[in-house]
Amino acid sequence: MTRPADFPPPFRATDYVAAQTDPADERIEVGILIVGAGPAGLACAIRLGQLLEDAPEIGERLGEVPVAVLEKGKQAGSHLLSGAVVNPRALRRLFKGRKRIDEMPFYGPVEHESVYFLTKQTALRIPAPPTMRNEGNYVASLSRLGRWLAEQADEAGAMLLPETAAEKLLVSDGRARGVRTGDKGRGRDGQPLGNFEPGSDLVAKVTVLAEGTQGHLTGVALDRFGLAGPNPQVWALAVKEVWKVARPLDRVIHTMGWPLRPSAKYREFGGSFIYPMGEDMLTLGMVVGLDYRDVELSVHDVLQELKTHPLVRKLLEGGERVEWGAKTIPEGGFLSLPKQLHAPGLLICGDGAGLVNVPALKGIHYAIESGSLAAEAAFASLQRGQTPATPGALSGYDEALKQSFVWKDLYEVRNMRPAFGRGFVLGGALAGAMTATKGRFPRRDLELERDVDVELVQTDRAKSYPASDGKLTFDKLSSVFASGNKTRDDQPNHIVIRRDVPQDVARLWERMCPAQVYEATETGVDVTPSNCVQCGAITAKGGRLTPPEGGSGPEYKLT
Amino acid sequence: MQVSLSRVLPLMKIAVCVKQVPEGNSRIDPGTKRLDRSGEGALNGFDANAVEEALRLRDATGEGEVVLVSLGPAKAQDALRKALAMGADRAVLVSDEAAAGSDLVATSYALAKALEREGADLILFGQQAADSDGAVLWAAVADRLRLPVVSQASEVTQAAGTLTVKRQTEFGYDVIETPLPAVVAVSDAVNEPRYPSLKGIMGAKSKPQETVSLSDLGVESDRAGEEGSRTEVYALNDPPPRGESRKIEDDGNAAQAILDFLVEKRLV
Amino acid sequence: MKALVFLEHHGDELLKGSLGVLSKAAAIGDGEVAGVVIGSGVRGLADQAGKFGAAKLYVADDAQLEAPLPQPRIDVLAQLVREKGIDTVLFGNSVLAADVAAGLAARLDAGLNWDLADIVLQDGKLVGKRPALQDSVYVDVGWKSEPRLALFRSGSFDPAESGGSAEVEEVTVALEDFSTSARMVDQAHEESEGPSIEDAPVIVAGGRGLGGPENFTLVEELAKALGGAVGATRAVVDAGWYPYSTQVGQTGKTVSPKLYIACGISGAIQHKVGMQGSGVIVAINKDANAPIFEFSDLGVVGDVHEVVPKLTGLVKARRAG
Repeated sequence: MTRPADFPPPFRATDYVAAQTDPADERIEVGILIVGAGPAGLACAIRLGQLLEDAPEIGERLGEVPVAVLEKGKQAGSHLLSGAVVNPRALRRLFKGRKRIDEMPFYGPVEHESVYFLTKQTALRIPAPPTMRNEGNYVASLSRLGRWLAEQADEAGAMLLPETAAEKLLVSDGRARGVRTGDKGRGRDGQPLGNFEPGSDLVAKVTVLAEGTQGHLTGVALDRFGLAGPNPQVWALAVKEVWKVARPLDRVIHTMGWPLRPSAKYREFGGSFIYPMGEDMLTLGMVVGLDYRDVELSVHDVLQELKTHPLVRKLLEGGERVEWGAKTIPEGGFLSLPKQLHAPGLLICGDGAGLVNVPALKGIHYAIESGSLAAEAAFASLQRGQTPATPGALSGYDEALKQSFVWKDLYEVRNMRPAFGRGFVLGGALAGAMTATKGRFPRRDLELERDVDVELVQTDRAKSYPASDGKLTFDKLSSVFASGNKTRDDQPNHIVIRRDVPQDVARLWERMCPAQVYEATETGVDVTPSNCVQCGAITAKGGRLTPPEGGSGPEYKLT
Repeated sequence: MQVSLSRVLPLMKIAVCVKQVPEGNSRIDPGTKRLDRSGEGALNGFDANAVEEALRLRDATGEGEVVLVSLGPAKAQDALRKALAMGADRAVLVSDEAAAGSDLVATSYALAKALEREGADLILFGQQAADSDGAVLWAAVADRLRLPVVSQASEVTQAAGTLTVKRQTEFGYDVIETPLPAVVAVSDAVNEPRYPSLKGIMGAKSKPQETVSLSDLGVESDRAGEEGSRTEVYALNDPPPRGESRKIEDDGNAAQAILDFLVEKRLV
Repeated sequence: MKALVFLEHHGDELLKGSLGVLSKAAAIGDGEVAGVVIGSGVRGLADQAGKFGAAKLYVADDAQLEAPLPQPRIDVLAQLVREKGIDTVLFGNSVLAADVAAGLAARLDAGLNWDLADIVLQDGKLVGKRPALQDSVYVDVGWKSEPRLALFRSGSFDPAESGGSAEVEEVTVALEDFSTSARMVDQAHEESEGPSIEDAPVIVAGGRGLGGPENFTLVEELAKALGGAVGATRAVVDAGWYPYSTQVGQTGKTVSPKLYIACGISGAIQHKVGMQGSGVIVAINKDANAPIFEFSDLGVVGDVHEVVPKLTGLVKARRAG
């Protein structure tokens, strides 16, 4: 049986590691460089600003631009997508004495919640598993929260550089020196166009990688510095929509079961979320592990199917879709963490590191906490008068992370996700046991298989996908439009992938991609890169996503 | 890349009028019935062409100054910063709550006052604002400043205090000559705007950016905002239905049916 | 209403767009409608103006006014408005008319509503209808004072003969010195390759349904027969069938010709937003469920390879006959 792993992409991580090449007078120097204006990166920038407030002499050592944050999207928030129900713990710590929770852009605390097991026509209310209880948590749009955090980072003195992709990791003498930014103005075949602008070497004392799921340089760094742990990372794909609704939703809802199939044969692990966003909006999404087997599975279409369920249809009646988006979530949890999250001159935070609590569906507060801890580690190293690029100078980061609630939480739930590889029923039973014993069961950790190693099957699953009616259900192209994506068409293809693959692999990709980037043809697969919303699913399933020209991709606002 | 200049004399100052437009899919605020400008802003795409042309003209002579002038809320700084990152030297933002709700009459008045203050040799506009609010602004501003105006410029050449402009019309292209100072609106065919370099982006913040109020410019309060406007918005409606939509299958006669339809609509 | 319509001409014909606006003004039927022609050797246009609804025609005929430059025209209109008590001035959009209308608004401190698709008299008030947000919404706009200036989208109204005649009045206008600073050195040089896609009154566009780049000749032939330009979808441009300069859509050009014929185009929203403002949309596609049929005025479910060449033949025959 075919596995996507049999057709690996022609990608070499070493192509993305380089020494500085710009002459000294063209090189750009900053103090601390953060790649990614998401919750982890911005928390790092904000925390650094706070620490530097009281240490001007260290600020001086960092030069004219002490803290810089690169963002490949049009602005902070353009590429941020999550559910989300946020645990405010890390935000409280970050903004202690400066901002209250009610000053942050949340849609309100979680007041009620329900969990349902769905069949095609029914919804059976089941008690919320203990890992999923959300009292004290807040509903947020991560994109919106990101924009707010960016404002705070700006006020804290960080320089935000949007529309700038980090293409290569600058390394010399075994130390991370910064990044090389991506070129702009290349044509489809890579040829420089009239307004070609080459990227620049951006050099820093510390480079913090906060790129989010499937972070490009994160993958490159794990390879270059040998940081990968014994278990592979695995991912889920989330596709979501934001709707204006006629009646407010009064509770946070999670569902399991239909439209996913419970049999272990299909390995369809996941469920849906439906969260209220104030009085007149809600968001709903479908999350499915990318270790699924059926070539015909399309998470986007499963979401459309979900909306036809009587429970969901009722919530959306009289409403209108206002946004759509997709993103992967690292699901390996504790077992898939790299063996170390620092290297000489380098720190890795957030989803890029895999800091996500899958059973609780939470990662934002870990991202923020890891960003804060990274800032503190970098600062401490400078305080000690060290050169942060010295091997070991940043080891305080890993130590602090291991002492934090992040580590404790992830350890406790470490085997949940692997359990569900065995199907819903057995998986559920195992999960129950794990919760009851607070992670002491099982004694020997379960194993994780790479998403690309999963053997493919083909069923007639696609028959159940609803035709798009443009009101309740939507096709992929109009959804890409609703993500705000208006990427320049004549750019080089940023997706590294083998084109001559067998039909079932091509079909797998065609169905998998929520943005209709891949099309199965007679000879393999065709790629339309300008549709790409950079969700990262392709990297999990046999290709490799690299960042396109800065400013490309979706322009999320409410996801 | 097209830069066409010959026998140049230094241009002292080029002013570029830029406008911030809402990012992403726009929507109309049902309350004010005006474009919802609450989101993050971007530099109007057509203004980027104007900024690029100004930069080329400045760079070809090796001296001169490109100053950005904008009328908008404080957030318009973002659009200005992008243009500064491209290489403009300085920015002036006319930001005043009293200017909210200004129509063409009020906007052109305030903008003309700001431009008078600058005394530029050449004033450039982009062809059309993406949100259509400023689609005809240049001619109004030129009239207030009593300067010659040329629009739809697809090529601009400068020599000895005179500008030669090739511009597109429905009938082909004209070549128009004008002395300076003048107002020119460039079409998007005039150039391909440059991407700001990283150095440019980082340096933008420290370039001079001035914010002035309407009273700083001497704009009377009754000539600004809704009070100074001569047009108003009443209501939002659905567009009229496109009319009957006909759909037919081709049984060999579809081509004839199409022709008949076109004749009926007086399109052929 | 004492209305004045700006009548543009090219050669010795009044532009269809101007005549359309004139017909509309006359049809509103509220008061007197006058027209104005400005140029050199333009007296002969009076007959046409009368036929299409002008009760009066002001003629500003002078060598200095020959070149179609906006600023002298602003001087003429401003004087007319002031002297003749005009309360409403109407324009059909063109490169020239847009500049004249805007300059006149500044000159007179008069309200200008532009990009209008229609205008109505509602409870004694003139209300303009302006499409916004890619034509997804229509905004009712008005004027707070007089004179009222209105600039209509090109082709908003069809010229309708009412068979009258216009009383001609010649006017002499003192021109401002800055109005005559700019001078026309070379006028209206035709581009060799036919109308550009932005200005073309007709666009025939091809999509993946054509099957291959060689089939674009079908589209080109039809475009030529109709005197229009060729357009393409993102998919075929991506595939290298046709150049990017012809791409219509969200990441290409936005066009609003009088007639848009979509051949083998499915009508995904990325394409739709680039052409939905077209006057009349005809779609030919094999797939009866293609989304384009939801917003076309005439949809033909058929094979483009059969329908398009036949149509080209019929158009040519009609034009010749």
